[in-house]
Amino acid sequence: MTHEIIISGFGGQGVMAIGKTIAEAGMKEGMDVSWLPSYGPEMRGGTANCSVVLSNEPIITPLVQNPTELIAMNKPSLVKFEPAVVSGGLILVNSSIIEIKAERTDVRTAYVPCIDIADELGNLKVANMVMLGAYIEATKVVAFDMIHEMLSHIFTGPKAALVGLNIEALKRGAACIK
Amino acid sequence: MAKELWKGNEAIAEAAIKAGCKFFFGYPITPQNEIPEYFSKRLPEVSGCFLQAESEIAAINMVYGAAGAGSRVMTSSSSPGISLKQEGITYIACAELPAVIVNMMRGGPGLGNIAPSQADYYQATRGGGNGDYRTVVLAPATIQEATDLVQEAFDIADMYRIPVVVLADGMIGQMMEAIEWRTPKKRELPKKTWATDGTKLQRQHNIVNSLFIDAGDCTVQNQKLAKKYEAIVQNEIKYSITGEEDPEVVFVAYGTMSRVARAACMRLNEQGIKASLFRPITLWPFPTEQLKAEAVKPNVKAVITVELSMGQMVDDVKIAVEGAKKVSFVGTGGGIIPTPQEIEEAAKKILGR
Amino acid sequence: MEKIVYQKSKGLTDAELHYCPGCTHGTIHKLVAESLEELGLVGTTVGIAPVGCSVFAYNYFACDMQEAAHGRAPAVATGIKRTHPELTVFTYQGDGDLAAIGTAEIVHSAMRGEKITTIFVNNAIYGMTGGQMAPTTLVGQKATTAPYGRQQDHYGSPIRMCELLSTIDGTAYAERVTVTDIPNLMKAKRAIKKAFTLQQQGAGFTFVEVLSTCPTNWGMTPLKAIDWLKNNMIPYFPLGVYADRTEEAK
Repeated sequence: MTHEIIISGFGGQGVMAIGKTIAEAGMKEGMDVSWLPSYGPEMRGGTANCSVVLSNEPIITPLVQNPTELIAMNKPSLVKFEPAVVSGGLILVNSSIIEIKAERTDVRTAYVPCIDIADELGNLKVANMVMLGAYIEATKVVAFDMIHEMLSHIFTGPKAALVGLNIEALKRGAACIK
Repeated sequence: MAKELWKGNEAIAEAAIKAGCKFFFGYPITPQNEIPEYFSKRLPEVSGCFLQAESEIAAINMVYGAAGAGSRVMTSSSSPGISLKQEGITYIACAELPAVIVNMMRGGPGLGNIAPSQADYYQATRGGGNGDYRTVVLAPATIQEATDLVQEAFDIADMYRIPVVVLADGMIGQMMEAIEWRTPKKRELPKKTWATDGTKLQRQHNIVNSLFIDAGDCTVQNQKLAKKYEAIVQNEIKYSITGEEDPEVVFVAYGTMSRVARAACMRLNEQGIKASLFRPITLWPFPTEQLKAEAVKPNVKAVITVELSMGQMVDDVKIAVEGAKKVSFVGTGGGIIPTPQEIEEAAKKILGR
Repeated sequence: MEKIVYQKSKGLTDAELHYCPGCTHGTIHKLVAESLEELGLVGTTVGIAPVGCSVFAYNYFACDMQEAAHGRAPAVATGIKRTHPELTVFTYQGDGDLAAIGTAEIVHSAMRGEKITTIFVNNAIYGMTGGQMAPTTLVGQKATTAPYGRQQDHYGSPIRMCELLSTIDGTAYAERVTVTDIPNLMKAKRAIKKAFTLQQQGAGFTFVEVLSTCPTNWGMTPLKAIDWLKNNMIPYFPLGVYADRTEEAK
């Protein structure tokens, strides 16, 4: 099984971090992984995106043309990448700020109000973790436990309290997937 | 060993440190800035020295000085910056100093753009600066290979007293992949008895120099260099062949482009069109004979070079194939990466299918 | 018993100098070599020769030597000093090398307070390439690329490197000297020795500019050249200490 994922949104929404977390978790699960950022003038301000590939076989190319999964964190990302998603693929939409629906009928879609949920949790910065939770629940590509373990390595010392918040964010995101 | 997720540029810098490189001189340019940034943080931790120079020209000349004094030293840049470094590289080549130069190629010519490119092939494999010289050119296709080759680059540089260029592109620099740290095969490296590290009044003075004002002396130096290059051709060629054993079409591609070509190769094989990928890992010395052996296989109808340029390596492919088979080129300069489908379709067109 | 009254410095090799008759490079080499020898530094010094008349300096100094690309000697010196801080490192550069093509390298080495010593030989002309105009060629002075004399409205006024570099905090010491006569020669040697001593103490960038003659390209006898230097160069490039940021000076 090969997952080819595009994660896209505004700079500052944590799209690169979602991609890195998925890639790292995949690596720890024993898969071959790659993470490729779009880089260029758009790094500063506009839309940022990254391509992540997870595979049980050696990855041929890290370039993703037709994602099996799209995580759209803003409207331009949904408009831009929706047509490229493979038939039978998955589109996750940040419905807090994307008021439109995906037009495709041959793909799975899920609407995750990740900014609203993050706001409820008291920290807007975890919106990307809410989306990550939804992604993992929808794809089962990596185990939640793996992410928990990674979080406890990232947030240590005075930041250890953030582990719980992030786990809560993941759970709330997962709950958006039916 | 457990795998680690590394960004290409940072992995390259860490690989250099693991190879014993404690000194880096450079100048900022996208898309390779993570290399100097990483060194600036890490080198003080290993009692080394990072210095941001006033220009690429100054940086490469700092490399010349440091290498001449016997230190393992490195610089990195991207295409326009590498052009500026050519003055220093030709001096380093002639003075026979070991140094490692990383070029994270970007779109050109001129200021071009910061997208991935392979348009510095000629510059890297033909020396790049004035005079008759070569640099060893290593072209990694993955982050794992980049970390392996960067470490080996220092050994090759020391072994032959030659500048070694690691030629990659913005994509290799910016992407992350899982790697494991490996050490290159052990080489017996010569002692640097030529280094200018102070005579201690124990020996005649050493001179690091690229001036041979007497035509006879300069000829001798040129012949000495040529002999060294011949030894490198004999000993250091690296390449890989993947795909079908008995191909109808042979793709030739390196670095980032070889990965896309590999995907095209697999698509063709699924459709019953046998294809193989010949990937030079050393661009100089170029695997000329090895490529010819693949190209002259009986059922090969087309040899297709795929590059992120307007066609540069294709010249070396033609030299290798010696007219035995038709050599075609697919690719473009400017930063647009062809898709596997585009390569597949171009191959079918060339094959007349 | 014969008494030795003069001995060549052990800081120099036995190679025969190639300089033109009356050229002051030989004298300046001697001062540098004697200074290194007297300070006991010959075995722990690396010198960098420039491109220009003194390009072959690597054959003359007995310490380890590197030959740099045109103007890049301060960058080469930086590479050596940063990887071998225990060594004494000096560059020996002419006016075209240092004040034209190598301006960025010298200014930034000074800015970094690079712990190297630069001996700057200013003879107001490109010697080796055949008498072309230098950045330090005086207004009105003829050169093969300024056959009507340097014209100020075309090329501006000559650059004063001691003054320029002395404005940079990293310059620990900058002095302009000459070697036209014995008293000046003694002053020049004191300056060179001081520069090396300060480098030993880790003071920062040290710079000694030596006003020098070029009888061949100036088209003068050596004696006339010395007079011309005194009458024309010194008024525009006054001798003296331009920077001394050492404790001793405070």
